[in-house]
Amino acid sequence: MGKIFKFGQDVDTDQIIASQYIIYPTIDEMKVHTFESLDTAFASQVQPGDYVVASENFGCGSSREQAPTVLKALGVKAVVAKSFARIFYRNAINIGLPVIVCKELHDNVNAGDEMELSMQEGVVRVNGKEYECTKLPAYMQGILDQGGLIASLDRE
Amino acid sequence: MGMTIAEKIIAAAAGVPFVKPGDIHTVTLDRLMSNDGTTHLTIDMYNKLKNPRIADVSKLVWIMDHNVPCDSVKTAASHKKMRDFAKEHGIKFYEGAGVCHQVMMENHVTSGELIFGADSHTCAYGAVGAFGTGVGCTDYLYAMVTGKSWLLVPETLKFHLTGKLQDGVYARDFILSVIGMIGANGANYMAMEFGGEGLKTLNMSDRISICNLCVEAGAKTALMEVDETALAYLKEHGREPKHVFQSDEDAHFAKVCNIDLGTIKPIVAKPHFVDSVVDAKECVGTHIDQAFLGSCNNGRIEDLRVGAQLIKGKKVHPLVRFLVVPASAAVYRQALAEGIIDTFMEAGAIVMNPNCSVCWGSCQGVIGEGEVLISTGTRNFKGRAGHKDSFVYLASAATVTASAIKGEITTADLIADLKS
Repeated sequence: MGKIFKFGQDVDTDQIIASQYIIYPTIDEMKVHTFESLDTAFASQVQPGDYVVASENFGCGSSREQAPTVLKALGVKAVVAKSFARIFYRNAINIGLPVIVCKELHDNVNAGDEMELSMQEGVVRVNGKEYECTKLPAYMQGILDQGGLIASLDRE
Repeated sequence: MGMTIAEKIIAAAAGVPFVKPGDIHTVTLDRLMSNDGTTHLTIDMYNKLKNPRIADVSKLVWIMDHNVPCDSVKTAASHKKMRDFAKEHGIKFYEGAGVCHQVMMENHVTSGELIFGADSHTCAYGAVGAFGTGVGCTDYLYAMVTGKSWLLVPETLKFHLTGKLQDGVYARDFILSVIGMIGANGANYMAMEFGGEGLKTLNMSDRISICNLCVEAGAKTALMEVDETALAYLKEHGREPKHVFQSDEDAHFAKVCNIDLGTIKPIVAKPHFVDSVVDAKECVGTHIDQAFLGSCNNGRIEDLRVGAQLIKGKKVHPLVRFLVVPASAAVYRQALAEGIIDTFMEAGAIVMNPNCSVCWGSCQGVIGEGEVLISTGTRNFKGRAGHKDSFVYLASAATVTASAIKGEITTADLIADLKS
């Protein structure tokens, strides 16, 4: 079980991690500024295993991979949204951060709710209710399963 | 069934005769661009590989543009890492040459190529019929090491253009109108293709501006039909096309939108979303603290000419800072030769070296709490230009310059007789 941190529609990558931080030398220096403009407490309150739940078009904007990377570094287990912008979606898969499309979830849950995700079953459970998720295409699930795109390079 | 331009480029890069939307193919990349926004992380990952290698170093182009010149000790460390790595591995490297996409258009991109750029606005390359798409540093590294990547074939959204933009209306007004029409995710995962007689009325600067902004509708790439104008541009820059593809008559499009360019009006995108567009007249009178003319979207010589013509003989409003930032060194030198830089400085503008500047909010020109910027940059997201509680309006070079003169948002036709 993990806690839900809830965000709205069109959350862009500048909100996830602002420009002035992405050029910092390390992810550890960046991650404390995650979601700074939307929720100043997020980076200090989020615990490993927690979830980000959002509405449509999560991660739109810049191609900065720092956006999914800081979420992963803070221990976010998955981002569950109604839809994702494509570069964020691709980056998240490539670094091994699960990004799950679930149309029903956002409108039916509150920040702070306890949630459980089963990627194998393709369902999310919150407050005794189950919500069905869209399964990843097999090719992308394969990248996630092997621990991200770079892991495959080291095996070649 | 026929194929679209995007499908033909992917088929060629995958070495297969036919592809269709939804297929995933392994493709060979023609070019790999990266800038100082993320390259330091790519290098860190490269150095951790068990067998680090570069498939074809001649395909790599690295461009320092986001924080140039360097603005802090932390940035200096990231920059040094990038500079040293490029030198050690013989990677084509630019610093001070301009914003990456403008430098790529001036020096590298050609028709029919498939290009990964570690920057979302890589879709600009569609202006010459190249498939440019933005990726993160893991994708970039994988392609750098193997020369290849995986690509989901996108559906294509076709824009058939007729007519001609009216005087005082610009390509930027057109693309902001389109983004407003289809929304910030209206082309998510899709290619946006532009063609028709109306396209022929647009110059290369207009075309780059249009393709560059398509990612703000979520597009994977933007592609324009290659015509005499595009071929002349390539020839002028000493390049030959790789392929000149047009969509087949029986190609499948997710949707075809017919747009008469003559119906487009001056547009402003209000904070904090690029698709929050309104007729510029609705914003007249809005307070501003700063104006910005520059970026990969609108910092070319054509844009500077529009601004200079408006401001010649007038002054920047005393309560406004007006930043003018040519998109490349070549643009800067052309502007110097034409007396445009002098015109801006005479009017009281601050003219800066070519770089991303306040368009990305981490370089010179950032704005403070509660401040308002009107900008020709690419985005108006919350905090994009500096403080998280600041405000960015997007508009054309003409509207931005007119507003810098008036001291509040206004349109060019409303300042024609203004003395200052």
